[in-house]
Amino acid sequence: MPPLLELVDVTARYGPVQALHGVSLTVGEGEIVAVLGANGAGKTTTLRAISNTVRREGEIRFGGKAVGRKGPESVARFGIAHVPEGRGTFAELTVWENLRLGAYSRRGSVKDDFARVLSYFPWIQDRRNQQAGTLSGGEQQMLALARAFMQRPRLLLLDEPSLGLAPVLVTEVFRIVRELNEHEGLTVLVVEQNAHIALQVAQTAYVLEVGRVALSGPSAELQEHESVRRSYLGY
Amino acid sequence: MEAVRRLNYRERRANRIGTGVSPAVVIALVAAAIFLLVGSLLSPIFAQQTVAGLAQGAVFASLALALVLIYRATEVINFAQGEMAMATTYFAYQLTLWHVSYWWAFFLTLIIAFFFGAIVQVAIIRPVQRSVIAVVIVTVGMFVLIDGLVTWKWGADLKFMPAPFGNTVYHVGSVAFARQDIGTLVVTIISVVLLWVLFKFTKLGLAMRAAALRPASAALVGVRVNRMLAIGWGLAAVLGAVAGLMTEPTVFLQPTMMQAVLLYAFAAAVLGGLESPAGAVIGGLALGVFLNLVGQYVGFATSELRLPIAFAVLLIVLLVKPHGLFGSKQVRRV
Amino acid sequence: MKRFSVAHPLLVIGALVIALLPFQMSGYHTGLGAHVAIFFIAILGLNILTGYTGQISIGHGAFMAIGGYTTAVMSHYHHTNLILTLPLAFAIAFCFGVLVGIPALRFSGVYLALATFALAVSVPQFTLKFSSFLGGSNGLQTSTTKSNAWIYGVSWSCAAILYLVAWLVLRGRTGRAFRAIRDSEVAAAASGVTLPIYKTLAFGISAAFAGVAGSLFVIATNGFAQPNEFAVFLSLTLLIGAAVAGLGSLWGILVGAVFVALLPTVSADVPLIGSSHGQDVVFGLIVIVIMLLLPTGFAGLLYRLRSLPGIRTPVEKEAGG
Repeated sequence: MPPLLELVDVTARYGPVQALHGVSLTVGEGEIVAVLGANGAGKTTTLRAISNTVRREGEIRFGGKAVGRKGPESVARFGIAHVPEGRGTFAELTVWENLRLGAYSRRGSVKDDFARVLSYFPWIQDRRNQQAGTLSGGEQQMLALARAFMQRPRLLLLDEPSLGLAPVLVTEVFRIVRELNEHEGLTVLVVEQNAHIALQVAQTAYVLEVGRVALSGPSAELQEHESVRRSYLGY
Repeated sequence: MEAVRRLNYRERRANRIGTGVSPAVVIALVAAAIFLLVGSLLSPIFAQQTVAGLAQGAVFASLALALVLIYRATEVINFAQGEMAMATTYFAYQLTLWHVSYWWAFFLTLIIAFFFGAIVQVAIIRPVQRSVIAVVIVTVGMFVLIDGLVTWKWGADLKFMPAPFGNTVYHVGSVAFARQDIGTLVVTIISVVLLWVLFKFTKLGLAMRAAALRPASAALVGVRVNRMLAIGWGLAAVLGAVAGLMTEPTVFLQPTMMQAVLLYAFAAAVLGGLESPAGAVIGGLALGVFLNLVGQYVGFATSELRLPIAFAVLLIVLLVKPHGLFGSKQVRRV
Repeated sequence: MKRFSVAHPLLVIGALVIALLPFQMSGYHTGLGAHVAIFFIAILGLNILTGYTGQISIGHGAFMAIGGYTTAVMSHYHHTNLILTLPLAFAIAFCFGVLVGIPALRFSGVYLALATFALAVSVPQFTLKFSSFLGGSNGLQTSTTKSNAWIYGVSWSCAAILYLVAWLVLRGRTGRAFRAIRDSEVAAAASGVTLPIYKTLAFGISAAFAGVAGSLFVIATNGFAQPNEFAVFLSLTLLIGAAVAGLGSLWGILVGAVFVALLPTVSADVPLIGSSHGQDVVFGLIVIVIMLLLPTGFAGLLYRLRSLPGIRTPVEKEAGG
C-alpha cells in the first residue's frame, strides 16, 4: 500500500531565508508519525509546506496524487486538516461555530459527526455558546482537535499541541489523539518539542535539524539512540 | 494564584461581551431613546423631525453598514461606496426609462449591484490588496471614474424616478409623517435584518465572518477567503444601492447625490465603531435624528454647518471612546 | 531623508532645468510649472507626516486653505506684501497643525485618517459660514496679482528653501526621532523619544508646508481664495500625489507633484469621451492603473531599481517597499 503522505526533497523559504533544505518523509496510512527537533529546525515549516501555507518546492504526494500549490483552501478540501501553531481557533466565534466551520468543506449530512465529536469531547455540549477565546488553553487545544475532526480528514497535521499546556493536559490531548487514530483510523503527523510524549505515541519519528532530516526510524529505536537521548530526551 | 484566576475570569467576561459594548453606552442610548419618545409625545414638530431624522439616518445607516462590512473584511475604507451607490441608482433609473416598473427595477438593481461590487473587488481591489494606501487611492480613483462615466452617460442635470412610496402624508393627531420616510425605515430595517440572518445563521455567513476575522485560519478549514471578500463587496454594493434608491426621492437623481451621504455615513460608521455592524446602524440613526433636531432647535446651526457639526460630534465621541461607541481595540489576528 | 551623494549632479542639473524652463514655455505652461512647485511643497509636507511618523492625514487641504486664506485676508484687508504673507501663512498653519496634532495623538490608523478627512470637509464650510469676513462662496481677492513668471519663480524658490528646511530638520535629531516613531512607537518611547512632542511637531511642520503651498496656490489662482478650490478633492489629490511619490524619495515627490499637477490638464486634452467629463474618466482610470502597476509609488519603483546589485544607498532602504 502506498504511503498516505510522501514528501520528496521539499524546500521552503521565508523571503530570502531558506527554512527547509530538502526534507523527505513518508507517513503510512493509519500511522502516527512525529517530527522532532529544536526551535527553528523547520518542523512548523514542514507542516506549512504540506498545507501550502508557505511557498515550497519539491514534491508532495497525498494518497498517491500530487498536491498542487494552489493554497491552503484546496489542501483542506483534499482531506488534510492542519491545526497550526496557536491552534487556529476563531476566538471571537462560539465553540459551536468553530465546529461548524470545521465541517465547512464537507458535503452531505454532518449530524453524525457532531454526535461523534461530543462523544470524544463531552464538555463541549455545555459550552456550545461560549466564546472560544474564553476557553482555557487545554480546552482550546481540544476544540482545535474537535474542529479538525469535523473536517473528517484522512490526515491530521498537528503543530506543537503541547505548547503552553500543563503536563496533565498534554497527556489528555495525546490520549485523544491516539484514540482518534485507533478508532477513527485518522493518520496523524505531529510536530512536537516534547520528545518524550511524542515518541510514546508515535510509531515512527523524524528528527529535523536546520531544515534537514537528521535521523529517522521507529520510535523505539530513536528512544534508545544516543544523540536523541542527549539532545531531546535529556539523559 | 486565586487573584490571577480572578483576573483572568474578569478578562474573559469582558471578552464574552465581545464587541466592547460598555454599560455606559447602553444606558446613554436608552436614555436618548426615552428622550426622543417623550419629546415626540409632547411636541408635534419634535416628532416630525425625529421621524424625518430617523429616515435620513436609515440611509446613513445603510451606507455606513456597507462601509463597515468592507472594513471588517479588508481593513480598508471604500471611498467610492457612495459613487457606486449612485451609479446603481442611475441603473435603476435607466430600467424605469425602459418601462420596467419601479419595484422590479429595484430588485433587478440590487442583483446587478451585487455583481458590480464583486467584480470591482476581483478586478481592481484584489491586485492591490496588500497595500492599504494603494487600495484607498484606487477607491478614490474609482470615485472620480464613476462620477465621470455617469455624467457622460446621463448628464449632470436633475433626473426623476417614480416615487417608491408615493407622496402621501399620514396624520397622527397634529403630527405629519411622510409615507416616504416610513417606507425608507422599513426597507432599511428589512435589509439589515436579512443581513443579520445571513451572517448569524447561514453557513456562508459564518464563512464570511471567519474570513474577515482570521483569514489564514479560515483558509485552513477550506474557506475560499478571496471569494468571501468578493461576496462581501457584493453585499456592500447592494446596501449601497438600497441607500441610493432611498435617497433619490429626496434629492432626486444627480451625479453628486451621494457625496454628502457618504460623508455622513463615514461619520456614522466611525461613530458606531468601524468593526461593529450594529454600531453602524445605530450610529446612522442617531446621527440622522441628532442633526435634524439640532438643525431645528439650535439657531447657530445653519445648513452650512450640518456637516462640520456631524464631524464635530464624531470627533468628540472619538476623544472619549477612540474606537467608536461599540468598538473595542481589536487586535488583528491571523 | 535623502543623501545627496548619489543625487548631487542630478540635482544641480534638475535645478538648472527648472530655472531655465520658463524662458522656453508659454505663460500658460509656466503657470502649470508653478502648480507643480506648489504640489511639491504640499506633498513634501505630507510626506514628513505620513512617511516619517506614520500618521495618516487626508486633511491637508484644510491646512492649504488656512494658508491660502491667510494670504487672501492679509492682502485684501491690509494690503500686505504677498511675499510677506508666506512666512505668516507658514506660522499660522504651523499653529493649526499643532492644534490638530494634539487631539490626533488619541487616534491612530484609519481613525486618524477619517478625523483628518473630517477636517478637510469641514474647513471650507466655515468659509461659507463666515462669508462676510471670508468672502463666502464668491471668494476673497488679494489686492494685487502677479504674473505667471513671478509666481513660477517664487514658487520654485519656496520649494527649494522648504526642501532645504526639510532636509535639515530630518537629518538631525528630529528626523531620527520621527523615523523611530514610524518604525515602532513603543521602541521610540522606550528610547526616550517624547512621543507627544515629536508627533505634534510633525503635524505642525507638515501643516506649515501645506500652508505655504496654499498661499502660493491662492496667488497662482489669480489671487482668488475660494472655498471650492479647497474642497475635499484637494486633500484626496494630495494623498494621491503622496502615494504616487512613495515614501522618502526626493525624486518620488517630484514625480508625484508633476502627476497631480498635470494629470487634470492632460486628461482634458485626451479626445476620448469628448465632454468635460472625459477628463474625470481619464483621471480616474490613470490613477487606478498607476496604483495597480506601482502600489509602492515611484519611490518603490526606484527602490526596486536601486536594489539591483551594487547600487544601493542606505536612504533607499527606507523608501517604499
